[in-house]
Amino acid sequence: MSDISKPKDKARRKFMLKAGVAAGAAAIAPGVFLTMPAPAQAKPANQPVTSSKRWGILVDANKCGDGCNACVTACEKQNGWGAANPSEETHSRPEQKAQWIRKVTIRDKATQHVTTLPMMCQHCETPPCADVCPTGASFKRADGIVLVDKHICIGCRYCMMACPYKARSFIHEDLKNQKPWAPRGKGTVEACTLCVDLVDEGNIPACVDACNSTKGGALTFGDLYDENSEISRELKTYGGKEIRADLGLNTGVRYRGI
Amino acid sequence: MSQTRLLRALFALMISVLLALPLAATADEDDGEKEALPFSDLVVSLPEQRYSKETGCVLPESEMRRNHMKHILHQRDETMHEGIRTRQFSLEECINCHAEKDEQGQYIRVEDKRHFCATCHTYASVNIDCFECHSDIPVRKSKLHTLRSSLDPRPSSEHIADNLASGETLQLLTNEDEAQ
Repeated sequence: MSDISKPKDKARRKFMLKAGVAAGAAAIAPGVFLTMPAPAQAKPANQPVTSSKRWGILVDANKCGDGCNACVTACEKQNGWGAANPSEETHSRPEQKAQWIRKVTIRDKATQHVTTLPMMCQHCETPPCADVCPTGASFKRADGIVLVDKHICIGCRYCMMACPYKARSFIHEDLKNQKPWAPRGKGTVEACTLCVDLVDEGNIPACVDACNSTKGGALTFGDLYDENSEISRELKTYGGKEIRADLGLNTGVRYRGI
Repeated sequence: MSQTRLLRALFALMISVLLALPLAATADEDDGEKEALPFSDLVVSLPEQRYSKETGCVLPESEMRRNHMKHILHQRDETMHEGIRTRQFSLEECINCHAEKDEQGQYIRVEDKRHFCATCHTYASVNIDCFECHSDIPVRKSKLHTLRSSLDPRPSSEHIADNLASGETLQLLTNEDEAQ
């Protein structure tokens, strides 16, 4: 597993750590500290996102239920794609349908052990989709969320070719009744946005919310740079794998039990 | 020969007078005390609730009619790339406020010329593709709060005159966004 907490500016990182410790820990007595997980706080609406955070999801494949589709359904409903958007039904072929998140089933040939896991945009630190984009439409936000700016996307689909996770879809036909918080339209590429509109308001992505409200609880969302966040503590204690770690993309989505 | 020259001169004079007439008329109109708003001959529906008593819309109407596209464009890039989600120039809030229902109580879609955005854009032959991706009807409740009535405004004419909202209003709007 490569180091997640690896921003380019080491000195800044150290400063942030100190500031974080000062804010997150209360001194009960000399030498005794009570460390509290900082509550998720929304940034003010008029402030830009900063690189002091990096959002990520930890997927525990052991808890991910075979046959459960709650995360996919929740994503469809939240962002208005797939079954949640009737204007998409006319799309010509099933392979062309949008897929922001999908369930993948893996069977180990030797042991016959079946693992299921959700697969979506892995929000890489060095996203290949952004590397190949000729217009700058694919980009990574300061807080690590990889997005498509559909205003400048020309629909060339290089990013779909470049993505090792097949996380992106192209919209082939006219759509109607999109959600105001998730605009999407013909001729542009789209993918998981980590529910960026919800995250900016201090909420968690729809898939994580749905998974937590079922008995699964396989998804953990949080700030990878905040060592007191649940996701960081889980990763520190139990570790988490990147899919295709050999590519060195340093993904924001990590898996356990695969 | 001189007769022909005289005739020619007369003809030229007539033509120049004819050409100058409409120009003079326009100049006369410009001399009027107040410049008309763009598309002021158009009947544009007003929203049920105004954003503020002072400016009406999020900025004075004259500013919005001329420059709404610039404000939306600026907001678009800030929201997309920096996650700045203030509501003042949010396209969703434009729709929330300006959407209208037809006789059947259904929201008018943008293909219909009665849609607020379509009214002017049809008239001015402007093709926009905002609504190929964005919602042209309200979906969720507005997150804008109209200014409280206790903050009663001064006469609006002075703000419209310089096409800018007063610093006080802008401060209020900013505070409101921060509070969200």
